[in-house]
Amino acid sequence: MGPEQLKTLLAEASPARSGDFLAGVAAESQEARVRAQRRLAETGLAEILQTPLIDPETDEVQRLILDQHDEAAFRPIAGLSVGDFRDFLLSDEASPEAISALKWALTPEMVAAVSKICRNQDLIAIARKRPVVTKFRTTVGLPGRLAVRIQPNHPTDDAKGVAASILDGLAFGCGDAVIGINPATDSPSAMRRLLDLIEELRLRLDCPVQSCVLAHVTTAIDCMSRGAPVDLVFQSIAGSEKANASFGISLSMLKEAQDAAKSLKRGTIGEDVMYFETGQGAALSADAHFGIDQQTMEARAYAVARAFDPLLVNTVVGFIGPEYLYDGKEITRAGLEDHFCGKLLGVPMGVDVCYTNHAEADQDDMDNLLTLLAVAGVNFVMGVPGSDDVMLNYQSTSYHDAAYVRRALDLKPAPEFEAWLREAGVFDDAGFLLPESDRGDAGLIARSKLLESAQ
Amino acid sequence: MTGDTPKTPAPSVGADHPLERLRQFTEARIGLGRHGAGLPTAAHLDFAEAHAKARDAVHSEFQAGALAKTLEEAGFDTVAIESQASDRATYLRRPDLGRRLSEGSRQKLEATSGGPFDLVVVLADGLSATAVNAHGAAVATGLLAALPEGWTVAPVVIASGARVALSDPIGEALDAKIALILIGERPGLSAANSLGAYLTFRPGPGRSDADRNCVSNIRPGGLRPEIAGEKLAGLIVRAAELGLSGTRLKDDADDRIAADAASPQLPG
Repeated sequence: MGPEQLKTLLAEASPARSGDFLAGVAAESQEARVRAQRRLAETGLAEILQTPLIDPETDEVQRLILDQHDEAAFRPIAGLSVGDFRDFLLSDEASPEAISALKWALTPEMVAAVSKICRNQDLIAIARKRPVVTKFRTTVGLPGRLAVRIQPNHPTDDAKGVAASILDGLAFGCGDAVIGINPATDSPSAMRRLLDLIEELRLRLDCPVQSCVLAHVTTAIDCMSRGAPVDLVFQSIAGSEKANASFGISLSMLKEAQDAAKSLKRGTIGEDVMYFETGQGAALSADAHFGIDQQTMEARAYAVARAFDPLLVNTVVGFIGPEYLYDGKEITRAGLEDHFCGKLLGVPMGVDVCYTNHAEADQDDMDNLLTLLAVAGVNFVMGVPGSDDVMLNYQSTSYHDAAYVRRALDLKPAPEFEAWLREAGVFDDAGFLLPESDRGDAGLIARSKLLESAQ
Repeated sequence: MTGDTPKTPAPSVGADHPLERLRQFTEARIGLGRHGAGLPTAAHLDFAEAHAKARDAVHSEFQAGALAKTLEEAGFDTVAIESQASDRATYLRRPDLGRRLSEGSRQKLEATSGGPFDLVVVLADGLSATAVNAHGAAVATGLLAALPEGWTVAPVVIASGARVALSDPIGEALDAKIALILIGERPGLSAANSLGAYLTFRPGPGRSDADRNCVSNIRPGGLRPEIAGEKLAGLIVRAAELGLSGTRLKDDADDRIAADAASPQLPG
């Protein structure tokens, strides 16, 4: 099989979504889709390995994918077809250890292929067996735990407005993944101001969290060279060199940033210093998809992510709009696929469970996907005050949502953060959120000295 | 713990919440309070209402006929056209079709007499027909009235199923030097009736977003429609003087806005 045939097979076997129709690569009928899934199920993993989708001469992501592949680790599954591999992953033989051992045997195209012949419950059941644990000041990804990013965005980066949103989140037990701000202005001085703000709050509250300002990687490199307190370096990434170029990045730039952040030695229990975001449709929107379906392109982005030992990676699944994922059903499917593919490739996968107002989706769809992902063992989700991001104008999961799902499924925060929450009077001894009447939040606000400065 | 007293739900959203005093610093939904982990009823329904307004705006009907009538009564010719996105579901799924003229519409524009034109103004539904229905005509007439004398202006184009880049083939078909499209922006939870204005010098094939200038958030409570027209006319004249649009015009305009801000005498 040649690359074009494999691209067509993967695209036609993909569960329906608007972005593949927009790209003109989707199956022409439901029956044609299932025919492609049957053919894909019979295709050997080895054949997929031997058929790079983009010419490695012209694409550094393709070269990375080939370089990452570990032949010895692949040997035990080299004779399997995609369908056999699905059966193996579902079987009791596929223990967490057995699946983890395949990390460098698997390529993005293999995991994308197997995801296409999985139902949602398979995506959940298999991902659940593959924890990916990372560390900086907290430990993220342990089974039985769910971390939350506080996303305290403000349309003008107002320091007090941002701080108020952070305190609200801490009072719900959120923030153990990261306190991560999307800045309204991407400049070193704006980034520095926000980093100093989180740093001061963190030290006043003596709280084990890591901070991140989600500016461009070059802005972070600039900030680090000036001695700013950078914990995590953020960057949006995608699955081809051309798509990454549209973000203004290359692999060498990411390496430079990772080295610089590690050299600051700010992590207390680990040195996973990178934070990446991805999302189906990103490559197509940059016309950098090379005729490859959007879900396979997304899995290729995880090959980029895992080369830099990230603390956090999340797909921003419903942000891109209905031309790529039309409705709640497509967003749900994509969120589960992305989490599954990331985990199989050893990526510490979180999901921004989200939607825009022109998508056919609402809060009920987000409740469903959040619950499904928590069952699947997602590493972290977003916490946005009241679900309403007033800077980026979309809806994500809220502090309330995080508290709901932790309670419903008995999930706890990162252990270091849980201990702090208990001392702060926010959580009880069993590791769960105390009633609001106990006013743990009032204690936090007092310690932050934020009200004094607000008066 | 509060003891034996049974708790009653909070009377209003987050009242007496410790974060209440911090709400002055952000429009974010902080300090909402909670029952267990859940949102208080009022906060839940507030959100539902904001989302419902946004959803209604996305699917609202474009009142092209009424807009044409208003503009014609104000003394401006109009021409109604449509993109290749024939219905709302197609429009949402296929932004590429919303950037192309239907064949009939292309012919109609090419047959329009009086060109070449210095300017064409386009009123478009975009993602919120609610926005353009409400204040599209006011902004367009304000803008046209504020232009210097002697400008050759095309009939106002009323475009259905439109994306921003539909202004390129419209400008090209009319042979217009500048295209200015007023289009309903993607509704947010805080506002579902925002208009965006996008200006392109020498509209045509190959133009990208980097070649355009955008003035967003035109609505009561944002950039007020009654003053937006004059601001846009200023931007249009500046683009014509410099012979360009996009980043270089933006820098120039930003300098002027900064200079304006220093003056205490704001217009209107």
